[in-house]
Amino acid sequence: MSDIEERVKKIVVEHLGVEEAKIQSESKFIDDLGADSLDTVELVMAFEEEFGCEIPDDAAEKIVTFKDAVSYLSANSN
Amino acid sequence: MRRVVVTGIGTINPLGKNLESSWDSLINSKSGISKINKFDVNEFPCQIAGTIKESYIDNEIVSLRDQRKVDRFITLGLIAAEEAIKDSNILIDEKSSLRSGVMVGSGIGGLDTIYKNSFILDNHGIRKISPFFIPSSLINLLSGQISIKYNLKGPNSSPVTACATGTHAIGDSFTIIKNNKADLMICGGAEAAICPLGISGFSAARALCDTFNEFPEKGSRPWDKDRSGFVMGEGAGVLVLEELEHARERKAKIYCEIKGYGMSGDAYHITKPSEDGNGGFRAMEMALYESQLSPDEIGYVNAHGTSTPVGDAIELFAVEKLFGSNKNLFMSSNKSAIGHLLGAAGAVEAIFSIKSLQTKILPPTLNLDNLDMKTSINLIPHESISKSVENIISNSFGFGGTNASLVLGI
Repeated sequence: MSDIEERVKKIVVEHLGVEEAKIQSESKFIDDLGADSLDTVELVMAFEEEFGCEIPDDAAEKIVTFKDAVSYLSANSN
Repeated sequence: MRRVVVTGIGTINPLGKNLESSWDSLINSKSGISKINKFDVNEFPCQIAGTIKESYIDNEIVSLRDQRKVDRFITLGLIAAEEAIKDSNILIDEKSSLRSGVMVGSGIGGLDTIYKNSFILDNHGIRKISPFFIPSSLINLLSGQISIKYNLKGPNSSPVTACATGTHAIGDSFTIIKNNKADLMICGGAEAAICPLGISGFSAARALCDTFNEFPEKGSRPWDKDRSGFVMGEGAGVLVLEELEHARERKAKIYCEIKGYGMSGDAYHITKPSEDGNGGFRAMEMALYESQLSPDEIGYVNAHGTSTPVGDAIELFAVEKLFGSNKNLFMSSNKSAIGHLLGAAGAVEAIFSIKSLQTKILPPTLNLDNLDMKTSINLIPHESISKSVENIISNSFGFGGTNASLVLGI
């Protein structure tokens, strides 16, 4: 597992209160991990904080699964 | 006529994490007031408060993750609601849900959350404001959270009447059930304003005790000549109110009946009560009238009794005026032990009043060493007394000149 995956997983566990083992690459934050729409806003804020980047709203809307988050942050984080 | 009874009770307050532990401390003259240690109070004129110990907060009822998403007043309200609902043994199905409502208010709501987000906005910008900021701070979100958690689809609202909030919530819920708009109401108040902004705001209004910082437990002393202001407390009180036949049908445990409710406005001053006590007098008079009891049938007054120089004297004057013929009247202030829980005060004090009806014990007024005024009413100094009473009146008065009284009886 990459360093970015580890860090994203840690944030998801902390913010959504889910078991780490439940998080699969294709897991959807809302459908599979129990997040509601406000949780996803907060998740994106936490990603920004951790990775020192700004995620525009149109990009944030496309981050639906764990894999989406890891791919976006791998391409855009500093 | 529809009658309304209490079938469930829950509280978390500076004396304990639930009803039984806090009642036990109250009648044994324990104080819940201590030096504030959650933030630096060196510059504050008032440095004491009735703070709830962190160990009282049950993370099984509100998870740590959920606590991050709500202000502390909502956490405290949810804990008291869980105790009250469990205590009532009520089961809500889809049909009864429509006839079951929530009315739990707060005087100030998420003050500390508003303060912290204001700091974030000024120092880190708009993108750092949490999406949970507004829903965690709004006062009616406690009623909202309770309704979602327990599936209660009846009337849903939250009074905001400063220090009278809890009493208005119970009285308004009583009226809703009496008028057949619901069969069951979860009602009460919650408050968590012991934060830098809360303490400094009430200090600036010259409302807080500033003469007992070295002796916190002595600070709240209603009717005593050395009183210098109220001591803030935090916590929540929640009651389950139910229509009498509805409660009987399901063989519920019935604590007492809500017999009357009175409310009034002073139309006088933003923070001071009217000098002749007329507002409080009319609230008590209206509650008594609805109860159809005479002044002689009230055995105990659970006073608003905040320990402010002006308020205590005015309330005593109003009580004497209404109950002058009653030579066997007792009155005390729970605030001497728990401090002033603002929007939760009326609810917690109604709950303690119900315990007095049940246990035949009247709790004391702590620190009443030197009575500042002449009265024939027994103010129960220092130690609780054993006394069977059938009817109690509980008072709450708030900034803005808002007054509320409840008559509770068995």
